[in-house]
Amino acid sequence: MARSEDTVTRSQTTSSSATSDDRWDRLRRFSKSDFVRSFPYWFIPFSIMGLGVYGGIGWNTLISLTDYEGFTDRPDFTDLDLDMYVQAIQDPAVIVTTKNTFILMIVFTTITMLLGLFLAILLDREIRYREKIQTIYLLPMALSFVVTAQFWLWMYNVNNGLVNVILGVVGLGPYNWIGNPDLVLWAVIFALIWQFSGYAMVVFLAGLQSLPDDQFEAARVDGASTFKTYWRVIIPQLKSSSVSAAVILLIFALKAFTFLYSMFGQYRVPQATDILATLMVREAFQLQNWAYSAAVATILLVMSLAIIAPYLHYQHKQGSL
Amino acid sequence: MSKPTHSRAESIARILPALDYRKIGLSFVVMFFFAFFISPIWTGFVTAFKTTGAVTSTTPFIPPGPSGFTLEKWTVAFDYLSTGMINSLIMSVPSTIASVFLGSIAAYGLTLVDWNRRLQFSILVLFLVGIFIPYQAVLVPLSDFWINIVGVDGLLAPLGGLPYFTARHSRLFAVTVTHVVYAIPICMLLFRGYYMSLSDELIEAAKIDGASITSIYRRIVLPLSKPMIGVVFIYQFTMIWNEFLFSLTLIGSSSSPAATVTLVLSGLGSDLSGVDFGLRMAGAFVAALPTLIIYVLFAEQFAEGLASDN
Repeated sequence: MARSEDTVTRSQTTSSSATSDDRWDRLRRFSKSDFVRSFPYWFIPFSIMGLGVYGGIGWNTLISLTDYEGFTDRPDFTDLDLDMYVQAIQDPAVIVTTKNTFILMIVFTTITMLLGLFLAILLDREIRYREKIQTIYLLPMALSFVVTAQFWLWMYNVNNGLVNVILGVVGLGPYNWIGNPDLVLWAVIFALIWQFSGYAMVVFLAGLQSLPDDQFEAARVDGASTFKTYWRVIIPQLKSSSVSAAVILLIFALKAFTFLYSMFGQYRVPQATDILATLMVREAFQLQNWAYSAAVATILLVMSLAIIAPYLHYQHKQGSL
Repeated sequence: MSKPTHSRAESIARILPALDYRKIGLSFVVMFFFAFFISPIWTGFVTAFKTTGAVTSTTPFIPPGPSGFTLEKWTVAFDYLSTGMINSLIMSVPSTIASVFLGSIAAYGLTLVDWNRRLQFSILVLFLVGIFIPYQAVLVPLSDFWINIVGVDGLLAPLGGLPYFTARHSRLFAVTVTHVVYAIPICMLLFRGYYMSLSDELIEAAKIDGASITSIYRRIVLPLSKPMIGVVFIYQFTMIWNEFLFSLTLIGSSSSPAATVTLVLSGLGSDLSGVDFGLRMAGAFVAALPTLIIYVLFAEQFAEGLASDN
């Protein structure tokens, strides 16, 4: 009996010391694990970025629920309501700018993508000086909007701008591109297409070059024309490039502020080109309506998330994340 | 190299060298778009050399004749923008270096080190959303933070008196830090794409040899990253140099001593010159000069940065 009791006690002791050893061991292994060791690598940049992006968005949302305005007051966080959003959806300026935002997004993105695709196919053919030509096509993308806005202001000049000079050759114009409210939005869209189509071209070129050559050859052997080969065989395979380019361009159009501000040199741009992005910055930094502009910013954020979320989902499904 | 259907090719070949016409057509289209992309830049360039009289009296894209030629616009523009250029340099270089470094280590921790895959993926998604969000969504908190809470003008006051710690530099410091914060996600993404394309063998071998995560980064990943560091640096420097919205909202006015070059340029037309297009064009080129030089030297890296940010 005694002996067996002894055995039991001993075995209990061993097992309990084993657990504590085990726990200690696990803790030590955890501290040496790749998770803990890699923590400083990703966590520091992640927390800096997270504070700026998600902290900023949270704070912005909070401010949009107050009545914060002017230079001196601090926001009053005790009295939160949706007044600013109610005010925003009834504001005629918001309605006009939303409409302009959509026109800009749709027209700019569509034409830029078509032109970019065309240029990519053009440069994918074997032509001489290809790299030099690509460099020139992409050059506008390396310039600041502040710089290109100056160029286009001169291009669109009513008296001696190049656009009117060229149209004058065929007997048209001169048009007051900047001053005429019916033309100014199209003038801005054209200038932005000029700046971004090189970008779309680069994205499509990368897509084209990742396709195996033999498909093109096979279509050739079957006797398809160049146009048909591209239309039926090549372009359908550029879906992923198209989606990426479209998302980048749409998001850009949503937040395009700098080009408009620089072209007109002030917060208040002509009403025909006023978009949500310019309205938001003007309400905040010219008129100090902080809470109201925070609400407009939230509308912009929701619109951009409506583009980003399906895109990331698509990318995830494609396995390309 | 192209082979249209035989009968047609033969019948056309008898009359005309068909391929040549196609090539001529192709070159014509290529040249047309060449002119399309270069003409605003070219027109601006020649206009910058014209006297105010010549700007209005000559055809915009034709270089000025001897009587209409002047370098005055360039000297005025350079004087006007020189402080802005220095401010932009003080801001862009440190913020580019910091964001490239932080982006690289974040990408390393998220791709080359294996831990909880699901958690890594969620963090990746949070980074990706950070690339796309419109900055308008954080502008009000940002200016509230720097101006009202930090009190940016007094930020470097404890170090006051030293040459690089004035109110001007405090404003620039705020813009620099802001740029770093919002540039991390895109830098992370660019490095991530590159790290995923690296072969696992070296890293696996180093792990088997018992190398720690830090020494794998320092001895293997960092030396292998050199080409990508170049790409990200060039891309990010161009983006930060060209950026305008943060400068406008945090520095405020184009006449502020801390104004970056894009901010000064945006005021060039309105305060000094009215419609002096010669001066505006010269100013635009002076402001774009560093990015143009980088672009001419490293166009390939710039294109790579652009193409891989999706």
